[in-house]
Formats: sequence, structure tokens, C-alpha cells
Amino acid sequence: MIDRIGEDFRFHQQALALRTQRQEVLSSNIANADTPNYKARDFDFRAAMEGALEGRMRLPDTSLALTSARHIPGKAVSAGPVDMLYRQPLQPSLDGNTVDMDVERMEFADNTMRYQTGLSVVTGKIRTLMAALQQQ
Amino acid sequence: MFNIFKIAGSALMAQSQRMNVSASNMANAESAVGPDGQPYRARQVVFRVDPQASQPYGQDIGGVAVAGIVEDPAPPKMVYDPGNVLANADGYVAMPNVDVVAETVNMISASRSYQANVEVVNTAKSLMQQTLRLGQ
Repeated sequence: MIDRIGEDFRFHQQALALRTQRQEVLSSNIANADTPNYKARDFDFRAAMEGALEGRMRLPDTSLALTSARHIPGKAVSAGPVDMLYRQPLQPSLDGNTVDMDVERMEFADNTMRYQTGLSVVTGKIRTLMAALQQQ
Repeated sequence: MFNIFKIAGSALMAQSQRMNVSASNMANAESAVGPDGQPYRARQVVFRVDPQASQPYGQDIGGVAVAGIVEDPAPPKMVYDPGNVLANADGYVAMPNVDVVAETVNMISASRSYQANVEVVNTAKSLMQQTLRLGQ
């Protein structure tokens, strides 16, 4: 029973984590609006969510076995469910920067609203659970 | 979510440095003699991306850092003023190569970028507070 509750929350937890990550990417785009040669990044939320839910075959982080103190440690971090893409610029600027402030701001506001929606859904779920737990 | 504060904060610092440099250029637009005896030279900041540590390769996002401050290589403006003590044999005085109109535009652009990043910080802050109130 309890693990089923956990399973139910995991979906929303994953969604909020991806929304947070997207918020970071978008804030990085806004921060670098004046950096020469910066390319705006973003990712497809739906694809990332599907990848995260279906447990896409993901290798664990790999590290080299060290048999001597003088070996150089090596580690390969495998990528998460997010495929970072580049935004296609409508009007590329001369300094190689592809940040379109209007697009970024709109996406930022959109992502904020969706994060808040996720939060209120989780709050509703918690309320329902609490109502079920309380004795009348 | 805390990363957003770092990213937007770095942009705030970079943009305010840009405004500082712009203000220095405007203030010294008529400074015919600097500390080295030469006319003041306009300076410009150069931004670069400041990627955050330990991110998978190709998926890194980050804030802004000021890579350096470069001096404008343009020749000084020659102003005809034979009565000036700094005038050369032909009666011309070397004045700073500051383009006041360009600096004004630079200043407006920097303050707009600053505002955009302040907005990002505010949004991240309110999202964080809502997350902390989750379930209530």
C-alpha cells in the first residue's frame, strides 16, 4: 500500500525535477543573452519525461579500476533522460549569439506556470491522502 | 533550483560590471589626459560562459563571467583647438575615442538585461517558497 503511494508520487516528483532543470536551462539562456557565440539551449519536456518514466536503458556511471596510487582516475558520467538541444534562431545576430530574449522569457513564464501547476496537483494529492487518513 | 540563483546572480554581476565600464567611458569622454599622459581610451567588457562544475559533457549550462576588459583600439579623436596647452604643432588636441551615443545604447542594453535577470531571480524565489509550502 505504502509503496503504491510512493509510486504515485514518483511521477509528479519526476515532472517537478524536470521542470526545475528546464528552468535552470532557460535562466542560463537569459543570463547569457549578451555573451558572444553563446548558443541557446533547451530540451523537449515530453521526450525527457517519457525517457525518465520508461526507464530508458541507462548505463550506470563508469569509472576506471585503479591498481596503483599513480593511476589517473577516470570517470564517465552517463547522461540522464534529458537530451539537450539547440534552439533554432529566427534572426541570428552577428556575434554568434542565438538567444532570442522574447522566446526565452515566454518559455520561462510558461515553465513557471507549469511548475506551479505541478505543485498544486501534488498539494491536492497530499490533501486527499490526509483526508483519507484522518478519522471523522 | 539553487543553481538558478547562481546563474542569474553571475549575470547580474557581469551586467553591472558592464554598466560600470560604460559609466567610466561616459565620464571620461572629455578626459584629454590620463594617468599615463595619453588621452583616455574607451574600454569594453567581454563576456564568456561560465559552465558549472560536474555536468555531463555537451549538456552543460552556466552563468556569465567577464573574460576581460579590452581597450578600444580606435585612434583618438583629433579636435582643432590651438589655444589648448595640449595642442600639437598643427593645433590639434587628441581627445578620447569614446563614442558617447554607442555608450548610451550599451548602458540601456545592460540595464534591460539586468532587469530581465532580476525577474528571473524573483520568479525562482517565489517558486522556491511555494515548494517549501508544499502540502499545506
